[in-house]
Amino acid sequence: MPIEVVHLTHCYSEGSALRTVALNDVSFRIEDGEFVGIIGHTGSGKSTLVQHLNGLLKPSSGQVLIDGEDLNGEHVNRRVLRQRIGLVFQYPEYQLFEETVAKDIAFGPKNQGLSAAEIDERVRYAMDCVHLNYDKYAERSPFELSGGQMRRVAIAGVLAMRPSVLILDEPTAGLDPRGRDKILTMLEELHARENVTILMVSHSMDDMARLATRLIVMSEGKIVAEGTPREIFARDDMMTSIGLDVPEAARLCAALRAKGYSLPADLFMPEELKEHLLRLWKEGSAC
Amino acid sequence: MLSDTRVQVADVSFSYDEQAAPALSGVSAVIEPGSFVAVLGHNGSGKSTLAKLLNALYLPTEGNVVVCGYNTREEKYVWEIRQRAGMIFQNPDNQIVATVVREDVAFGLENLGVPTEEMIPRIESALSAVRMSSFSDKAPHMLSGGQKQRVAIAGILAMEPSVIIADEATAMLDPSGRKEVLETIRALNRQKGITVIWITHFMEEAALADRVLVMSDGEIRLSGKPAEVFDRMDEMREMHLDVPHMTSLAGELRAAGMPLRPGILTVEELAEEVERLCPLKSST
Repeated sequence: MPIEVVHLTHCYSEGSALRTVALNDVSFRIEDGEFVGIIGHTGSGKSTLVQHLNGLLKPSSGQVLIDGEDLNGEHVNRRVLRQRIGLVFQYPEYQLFEETVAKDIAFGPKNQGLSAAEIDERVRYAMDCVHLNYDKYAERSPFELSGGQMRRVAIAGVLAMRPSVLILDEPTAGLDPRGRDKILTMLEELHARENVTILMVSHSMDDMARLATRLIVMSEGKIVAEGTPREIFARDDMMTSIGLDVPEAARLCAALRAKGYSLPADLFMPEELKEHLLRLWKEGSAC
Repeated sequence: MLSDTRVQVADVSFSYDEQAAPALSGVSAVIEPGSFVAVLGHNGSGKSTLAKLLNALYLPTEGNVVVCGYNTREEKYVWEIRQRAGMIFQNPDNQIVATVVREDVAFGLENLGVPTEEMIPRIESALSAVRMSSFSDKAPHMLSGGQKQRVAIAGILAMEPSVIIADEATAMLDPSGRKEVLETIRALNRQKGITVIWITHFMEEAALADRVLVMSDGEIRLSGKPAEVFDRMDEMREMHLDVPHMTSLAGELRAAGMPLRPGILTVEELAEEVERLCPLKSST
């Protein structure tokens, strides 16, 4: 179910003095099975863009095509399209409300009118995806859990709808290192095992380096660069000029290059860098 | 009494309720005036409980907390303590009370009954210290997260505190907001000598502190300079904590035989070590 965004423009407060262009002629296409990262500083239009992808906002102009169908077209069944595109907002745990974890996760499937057996199956599937043991957590109150666990319950609620595409806005914000790692591992598995297309907005370049197959870089409502993490992180000047960091490993390479070392431009994974540095050291001590 | 601006935590235990395991047990620490101390620990390790004990939001079940000479157990000193040890929280939207920035900064002073003519210069100087003077007439909801946190800091500064306690004050900010808040607080620490107790999940922030306290299961497990603490990588990971990326890379290189010096925290430090160990060959 590819997603295509065509000349998308969005203005807030249209027709008033506060009119702000949040997205300015944005176009891109996401194929099935991709893991796309969207990066950009606050106010660059990332969250506005994400809300267009399941029809929460309507374009001022341009189109969002899901599987070739215009999401905002007149005869489109938006409900069905939305079910297939799961959107996880920032701090989704604030939206938990039910008495038990299982009931909260079941909320979406229940509204769809599924049978009790099907609902139960969905809840078990979703809890398994987010690594929450059914027997241990299903009957617990979501409000007794840790922040990271609550967030996983909220994500499970979206996964219970069995979306083909999962969109997440800053899924690791505010979590401790363990909570962060759990979410990232879970996304990695969802992508690899369940073949869910993932679109993730994040400020963490190190997370992006680890997970994304492609990056879209936004600045001031426009796409300023697109490519593999390798291509994007090699352009540290461009990234710095729009106020973004590159992963620390890429910064180390840049620092060493500035000292006169020749290192490949696309080195940003710590393991690869480690091998390079060891080679450099062994060559040095050999002579 | 005023001369003692230390924060002393002596053998403090704290339980939220009698049945549950204590959130803190036997915690002792002395925070020296003017120091910048980072507190690390996974969720539920007791960091926030400790923070709330430091300005008398909670009282110890056992032991004593003494802030600038005042024991938090003595109820009559609560406002003295809260004025001297101001606290910033995680969510910028939960700490703003007024509809205009300058009024928000005035809130604490109004509660203290500071006369208006004294209030105005204090507000102005607090806003200028966090570089928010040009926003003093703006509505707080129009500000970015980082700007809101700086207004929250100004509100505390106006009270002329000796200590600022920040409980994950950057957790909800983007990288540029995080940087601006951290730079603001570091400048206040260095220029005004305000003691900072900085609770964080970001190892890179802790790397900038004078001292790091690492908490786990309600106890202080490690304490020392950032370089010392982060070199104990295995212990940190056992407590479900990271170390800065460069410390971790340096650790792996060391394990593979490269004789890097201990205590590497930053890109610059590792680059220098690589330069020392692998000198460039000038002829080739």
